Amino acid sequence: MSILNRKLAYSLAINETLKQIMERDKEVLLIGQGVKSPWYVGNTCQDLIELFGEERVIDTPISENAMTGAAVGASIVGMKAIIMHPRIDFSLYAFDPIINQAANWSYMNGGRASAPVVFWLVINRAGEQAAQHSQALYSLFAHIPGLKVIAPSNAYDVKGLLTSAINDPDPVVFIDDRWLYGIEDFVPEELYELPIGKGIIKSPGNDITLVSSSFLTSECTAATEILKSQKISVELIDLRSIKPLDLDLIFNSVKKTGRLVIVDGSWKSNSIASEISASVNENLLGHLKSPVFRLNLPDAPAPASRTLEAEYYITKEKIIEAVRNTLL
Amino acid sequence: MKYSKEILISLYRTMLRIRTAEESLVEPILNGEIRTPVHLYSGEEAIAAGLCANLNHSDYIFGNHRSHGHYLAKGGDMGAMIAEIYGKEGGCSRGRGGSMHLIDPENGVMGIVPIVAGTISLALGAALASKIRKDKKVVVSFFGDGATGEGVLYESLNFAALKKLPIIFACENNLYSTHLPISEIRVNEKIYETAKPFGIESYRVDGNNVLDVLDSSKNAIDKCRNNQGPVFIEFLTYRFRGHVGPDDNIQGSHVDIRPKDEIEKWLKKDPIQHLKEIMIKNHVLSDLDFSNLHHEINKEVKDATHYALNSNYPNPSDLLKYVYTK
Repeated sequence: MSILNRKLAYSLAINETLKQIMERDKEVLLIGQGVKSPWYVGNTCQDLIELFGEERVIDTPISENAMTGAAVGASIVGMKAIIMHPRIDFSLYAFDPIINQAANWSYMNGGRASAPVVFWLVINRAGEQAAQHSQALYSLFAHIPGLKVIAPSNAYDVKGLLTSAINDPDPVVFIDDRWLYGIEDFVPEELYELPIGKGIIKSPGNDITLVSSSFLTSECTAATEILKSQKISVELIDLRSIKPLDLDLIFNSVKKTGRLVIVDGSWKSNSIASEISASVNENLLGHLKSPVFRLNLPDAPAPASRTLEAEYYITKEKIIEAVRNTLL
Repeated sequence: MKYSKEILISLYRTMLRIRTAEESLVEPILNGEIRTPVHLYSGEEAIAAGLCANLNHSDYIFGNHRSHGHYLAKGGDMGAMIAEIYGKEGGCSRGRGGSMHLIDPENGVMGIVPIVAGTISLALGAALASKIRKDKKVVVSFFGDGATGEGVLYESLNFAALKKLPIIFACENNLYSTHLPISEIRVNEKIYETAKPFGIESYRVDGNNVLDVLDSSKNAIDKCRNNQGPVFIEFLTYRFRGHVGPDDNIQGSHVDIRPKDEIEKWLKKDPIQHLKEIMIKNHVLSDLDFSNLHHEINKEVKDATHYALNSNYPNPSDLLKYVYTK
C-alpha cells in the first residue's frame, strides 16, 4: 500500500530506489569508493551492504579508472552495474572507460553489444573546497555521442530518472548534486520510470522562458515565485536530462514567450546553455523578442575563500536580475 | 607422448587458420583494398591457440589492437572477421569497427579495442560478474608488453588479487611497444615479476611453444575456475610483421625497424613449424595429411574472403544507426 503524499528527502529517494531495484533484480551491482561511509555518500547507500552483501555492494580501493572499467565490463557481460564516484572531479581518472569504452561500445560493435552501466557522479562543492572538489561537469559528458546524461532536480525526479537509467540498455551518466540531498518532495513508494530525454514545465507562464536543471531548478523556482509577485509571468522548464536535450519543449515555450534565459550551473563556454542558445537561434530567430541570455558560472575554477565563493555561484537574486534585464 | 593426436591436430589447425587468414590480408593491404589499420598476429599464434584450447565456450576473452588470433582461436567466425576488415555490413561489427573492433559475444569474444590496456579493466569487471553470479566462467585479458606502461593494469592487478577474481592476465610480450624495444620502456624486462607484489601467481612461458602455452594456461584456468585466481602469465614471443600492416613502412619504405639478425632468429622459432616438427617426429600426421589440412584451411580462408568481398558496404543512410541501442 502506497502512502499518499509521502514526503522524502532527495538523498533518501536515491537510497530507496537502490534498495528496491537491488531487491527486485539480483543482476544490479553497486561499486563505489565510500559506499560504506556516510562521510562520502551521506545516507544514499545506507543499509545496502546489510541487505545485499559485500559482493554486490562494493567499497573500493582508490582506483577510479579500473573500478569504472570493472563496472563497464560487468555491464558488457549483462549485469546492471552502477559505479559511484563521490566526487565527480575524481571520475576524470576514468575518462577511458566512460568515453572510449562505454560510450562507443554499441556503435563500434555495430549494435551487437552495449554497456548498460550507470555512472553516478556526485557534485560536492562549496564550503571553501576549491577547484578540485567543486566542478559541475555537465557539458563535458553531454558532448559525447553514446552517453545519456540525467541531471535531476528533486526527490520525485531522481527516483524516476535513476530507475530509468538503471533499466536503460545504454550507458547513462547520473549527475547528482549534493546540495539537493536534504530537500524533501512527494515521492511515491513504488518504483516508477521517468523518460530520459524529456523535460517538464515546472510552472507555466507567458512573459519569458526560464530553463534550468539539477540544483538550480530550486533557485529558479524561488525566483519564479518572487517574479510572480512582481507581475512577471515566467514559464519555468526543468530539463531533467541534458542529453538528449528536450529541445521541442524549449522551442514550444519560446515560440509563446519570445524570450529565453538559460540557467546553467557550469562554466559558460561550450556549455549546455550555449547548446540551447545556439539551437534556439538556429530554429526560432524570428520568434525572439530579445537576445537569449545565458546565466552560467564565470569561466574560472571554483575559488576557496568565502568572499570569492559567494561571488562565483548562481543565486536566485542573479536569476531575477537576468530575467528582468532580458525583459527590458 | 603425453598429448593426444586430437589436441595436437586441433592446435595445429587453429594456428594455421590464424596464419593463413592473416597472411591473406597482406596483398589487399598493400594494394589499398583494405584500409583499416591491421595489426597482424603472424608469429604469435601459439598463445591464442594454446590458451583458448583450454577455455570453455562460455568463458570470456577480451583483446587489443592485435587480436585477430584471439578472435579466431575463441571461435569467432572467420568470414565475419574478414568482412569487418573490409568494412562491410556483413562484418562482425557491421563495418562500424574495423580490424581493431572485433566482437562475437555468442562465442565469448566480448570486446577488442585498440586503446592500449583499454580492456584490462573490462575483463576485470567480467571476472567480477563471474564471481558474483558464481557461474564459474573464466576471463582472459590479452594485452601486450606496451600495456605494462598503463596505470590501469596495476589498479586491476590489485583489485583482482583483493577479490580473488577468475581472471588470467595474459601478457604477450613481443619485445616491442610499437617502435620502442622493451629496454627503452622499462628497467626490469621480466614483466611477470610486476604481478608478484600484488600476491598474484605469475610466471613466464615460451609463447612460441604451443605445448608450453597449453600446459601453463591449463593450470592457470583450473586455478581460476576453482576460486584460486587470478594468474598472470607473460608469454615471450615476437611479431613476424610490422606493428601495423605487413611491415613498418616508415615513410613508404616498406622496411622493418628491428635488427635483421633479431628477426631472422625469431623466424626460426616459428610456432607452427615447431609443432609440425613434433607431430612429424611422433607420426601424428603424414605428409599427405598435412597437405590435405593446408588445402582445407586455404579453402576456408578463400571462402571467408569470398563472403567478405560479396558483402555490401554499409548504407550511408545508416550512418547514425547503433549510436544508442534504442
